Amino acid sequence: MKPAPFVHHAPRTVDEATAVLADVGHDGKVLAGGQSLIPLLNMRLASPGHLVDVNGVCGLSDIRVDGSGVRVGALVRHAELERDPRAYAALPLLRQALAHVAHPVIRNRGTTVGSIAHADAAGEMPAVLALTGGLVEAAAANGDREVAVADFFLGALETSLRPEELVVAVRFPLFPPGTGTAFAERARRHGDYALAGVAAAVTIVDGVVARARLSFVSVTDVPGTLDVTEEFAGLEPEAAHWRDCSDRVRAHVAPETDLHATAEYRAMLATELAWRTLAEAASNALTVAA
Amino acid sequence: MTTQLFGAPVRRREDPRLLTGGGRYLDDLGAGALAAAFVRSPHAHARILDIDVTGALDVDGLVAVYTYEDLPGRVAEPLPLLIPHPALTHGRTQYALARDEVNHVGEPVVMVVARDRYLAEDACERIRVEYEPLPVVVGIEAARRADDLVHPDVPGNVAAHLVQEVGDVEAALEGAPHTLTLDLSVERSASMPLEGKGVLARWDAEQGELRLFSSTQTSTGVRAAVAAKLDLPLAKVECIAPDVGGGFGVKINHPWPEEVLVPWAARLLDREVKWVEDRREHFISSAHERGQLHRVRVGFDDDGRLLALDVRFWHDNGAYTPYGIIVPIITSTQLLGPYKPAAYRCEFWSLYTNTVLVTPYRGAGRPQGCFAMERTMDAIADRLGVDRAEVRSRNFILPSEMPYDQGLLFQDGRPLKYDSGDFPATLARLKAMVAWDDFGDYRRQAEAEGRRVGMGIGCYVEGTGVGPYEGGHIQVETSGRVNVSTGLTSQGQGHQTVFAQVVAHELGVPLEDVFVTTGDTRRMPYAVGTFASRAAVMSGNALALAARALRAKALRIAAEALEVATEDLEIVEGVVRVKGAPGTSMSLGTVSVMSNPLRYAFDEAAKAATQFAGANDPDRAPVADDDEPGLEGRDFYSPTQATFANGMHAAVVETDPVTAEIRILRYCVVHDCGTMINPMIVEGQVHGGVAQGVGGALYERMVYDESGQLLNASFMDFLMPYASEVPYIETDHLETPSPLNPLGIKGAGEAGCIPVSAVIASAIEDAEGFPITSMPISPVELWELRRRHEAGDLPSLARSTTSAGSAAYPSTLEAP
Repeated sequence: MKPAPFVHHAPRTVDEATAVLADVGHDGKVLAGGQSLIPLLNMRLASPGHLVDVNGVCGLSDIRVDGSGVRVGALVRHAELERDPRAYAALPLLRQALAHVAHPVIRNRGTTVGSIAHADAAGEMPAVLALTGGLVEAAAANGDREVAVADFFLGALETSLRPEELVVAVRFPLFPPGTGTAFAERARRHGDYALAGVAAAVTIVDGVVARARLSFVSVTDVPGTLDVTEEFAGLEPEAAHWRDCSDRVRAHVAPETDLHATAEYRAMLATELAWRTLAEAASNALTVAA
Repeated sequence: MTTQLFGAPVRRREDPRLLTGGGRYLDDLGAGALAAAFVRSPHAHARILDIDVTGALDVDGLVAVYTYEDLPGRVAEPLPLLIPHPALTHGRTQYALARDEVNHVGEPVVMVVARDRYLAEDACERIRVEYEPLPVVVGIEAARRADDLVHPDVPGNVAAHLVQEVGDVEAALEGAPHTLTLDLSVERSASMPLEGKGVLARWDAEQGELRLFSSTQTSTGVRAAVAAKLDLPLAKVECIAPDVGGGFGVKINHPWPEEVLVPWAARLLDREVKWVEDRREHFISSAHERGQLHRVRVGFDDDGRLLALDVRFWHDNGAYTPYGIIVPIITSTQLLGPYKPAAYRCEFWSLYTNTVLVTPYRGAGRPQGCFAMERTMDAIADRLGVDRAEVRSRNFILPSEMPYDQGLLFQDGRPLKYDSGDFPATLARLKAMVAWDDFGDYRRQAEAEGRRVGMGIGCYVEGTGVGPYEGGHIQVETSGRVNVSTGLTSQGQGHQTVFAQVVAHELGVPLEDVFVTTGDTRRMPYAVGTFASRAAVMSGNALALAARALRAKALRIAAEALEVATEDLEIVEGVVRVKGAPGTSMSLGTVSVMSNPLRYAFDEAAKAATQFAGANDPDRAPVADDDEPGLEGRDFYSPTQATFANGMHAAVVETDPVTAEIRILRYCVVHDCGTMINPMIVEGQVHGGVAQGVGGALYERMVYDESGQLLNASFMDFLMPYASEVPYIETDHLETPSPLNPLGIKGAGEAGCIPVSAVIASAIEDAEGFPITSMPISPVELWELRRRHEAGDLPSLARSTTSAGSAAYPSTLEAP
């Protein structure tokens, strides 16, 4: 359990980092928190020739909250974002989901941006980015760009990021006024990868449901969203039968069987969590409104 | 007062050091040593056709590469079979490096030594081994079918077959008013200590001596094995177990291949060499345990009394049998628990598979036996409509029947004879603690809230403190420092505390003056090891005896110097004094000075002692014929048989009606390990055991695919419970002293884990209303069982149904 040899690069600026990435191309990997990458290296499941360690890069450590949303720099640790009061006030879903990201010691080191760039379908933060309709900011020696979440995740562990690009931040836009959110997941042990997880956002306008959307953890290849507004629009939250979305959820999710659960069980779990989470989100929306 | 130390909840003296990073585990030693790494078989069963090491040769820092061809003499012979048994007719052990065949994924094939572990692994990666895959045997069913053989010269894959019978079971079954047949299975798990195995060897070429450090549960065993393998005099080999980060059984097996190869290479290279097992290696090349299938046939009367119990089971021993058949022997004997069936027959087959070998893991066959017995008790209760606790109590051996001989031979080859225990009292305490008789009300209340709850129970008896012996050596320095040594090893049990309590109590010295050394062959060359819940019983008693010998000598010397009778003396806080006249006294340090005629005045104690120097009698030798210099005590404790602890657990679980998630709401333990040296440490042992039991009941399994690949060989996929998965544990203790040893104590190390699977299965079954016959159980498995039950493929418990035809267990006697 020792990694194969690699060249360690320690750039101090984004320009230096992107210059190295442009130079090493597919043989390079970006190291931030290392909570996914280092185990892969130690088990020699990945053997990149170059590690571009961005932990010393200036300007990537900020959490910025404004009227449009929460911008999270590439070196912001999960734990920092989880504890940030302004981020929580603006977007409670961040903290609701971050509490489920592995264990505190992993959250102390692992970065939110890294988790999104890693694009693990079992990751919580990709699902949150999807539900908020967020953006990924990528820098490269030949030009920076912004990628909408819908264009970012391509498949399991696969994104539209190019080898020479460095994600410098992600942006989580705010939900419309009157929105409540909730997050739930089930794992075999507390903090493990979820068997199934659900993020929900329900918007209440004038006392009735105006919008209801879901995104999922571990049961879809790509963290997309499922809009179930149609099922509940115009209903008072107390009168809504949240289970009515179950068929839509079952059709949306495509879990796989693994060591810990069958696909069928995961689909059941996702369906069950979906309505429970919608109900909780609606309840939170009413609290916000009150 | 020092006299209060024995039985007091003294805080663990080792913890400040261990918890502040002061521990020195194997990998903390030998910073400059060369590193060993191994190329291990990726195949479960294959012939080795060719090994090509040339690719590794240009790795900078490579020192040596060894294959089987390089091994000389006894290093090239198969590793020893530690515990032979007449029933083990086809015992097989591996070579230190595979010779021409590999029998499980992970078996070592090539050893690499390099400047550091990184380079050693780089070299391993470049070595090419060509294999011819052979048919693979995985799982007990495949082993029984024996379409393919693990070892071509072992017919039927049967390593061992053993029958023990008391009474005529077939006749008793035929005559029984009621009979049941149950098929019960338990899956594999493993010890999984926090620290894996590890070996560090230093060869001293000038002295021709080998110093060996191993993360082992037996330093004396490793020392003797390595001396024999390397053809060295025992006097030229010393073995030290440093701080060891857990063992739980896997480190009692020895010598592991690496324990032979690392010292061999160190001598050959004349360099310090170290190997530290990584987690993947531990998963695929150490040891597992627990995998067994059981078929129970039971006959009982209208009251639920056991008239006949016939148990056949199949034990998966993996690819080799270095530790013999201890585990299935323990299952077949300890299965009986606190009960006394009128007739009992147990038959087992120990089977080879192409998987990691088996050595005892905390509980060592008992959790499986307890599961079989306790599931049977619940089935009897269900069949008769009798309370589950009541059925058990009707079968208890009573205190008035102690000592009780079960008529079987135990793991040590000696009679299975319970020395003491009060099972009715244990059950009464447990029922009160868990509010057994009020559970119906709680269940109805929960049901009204849409919740599903159940309660379970399990009882066990555990043979602890098996021999043959342990020794204790105590020496008082002139400063009053008390050096205590016992040869068995410590893996975190708190020996620095409990052994010091025993010695401080017996000698009458402050705890702070006592310094305990364990597992160092330089200090105590005769020892067995720490396993089988034996350390406190064996070394605790040996040290008590040694302390008593030392105390007698101290009193004799002091009495002579103070010119009083020994009966008039007492030792308090390290000072020998005249009872009722504490001013007339001398410290134990002074006694130590006086015990040695060579009395240079190096220190204050020696100077002080000169006032007591007697007249120089020219006719007396300075050391009498029947005496020795020094204030020392040494003795061994060797019991005629094991001492039997017992306990009973109950749990309340809740199962989610939709998702089938399983939550333990309460976990209650009543435990009796005789007189307790330190209740806090006993409590800790029980907690740790229950935690491992919860792992075995709800989380842990070894997932092999049909080609023999272990699919969950990491802590990501092998689900050892976190603190968040272990419930709060309520405990109560009885103290029924053992009549067998001077301190009245029984072992406590394994107790906690033994009944947990049985208890959780009992509780889930109680919540769900259909039988639970296989453990561990996960939410998805419970969910699948519910669907089978709803489809009519899985019968209901009798008490959950009014129709007589749908009993959960078949009442016809089915032979396997």
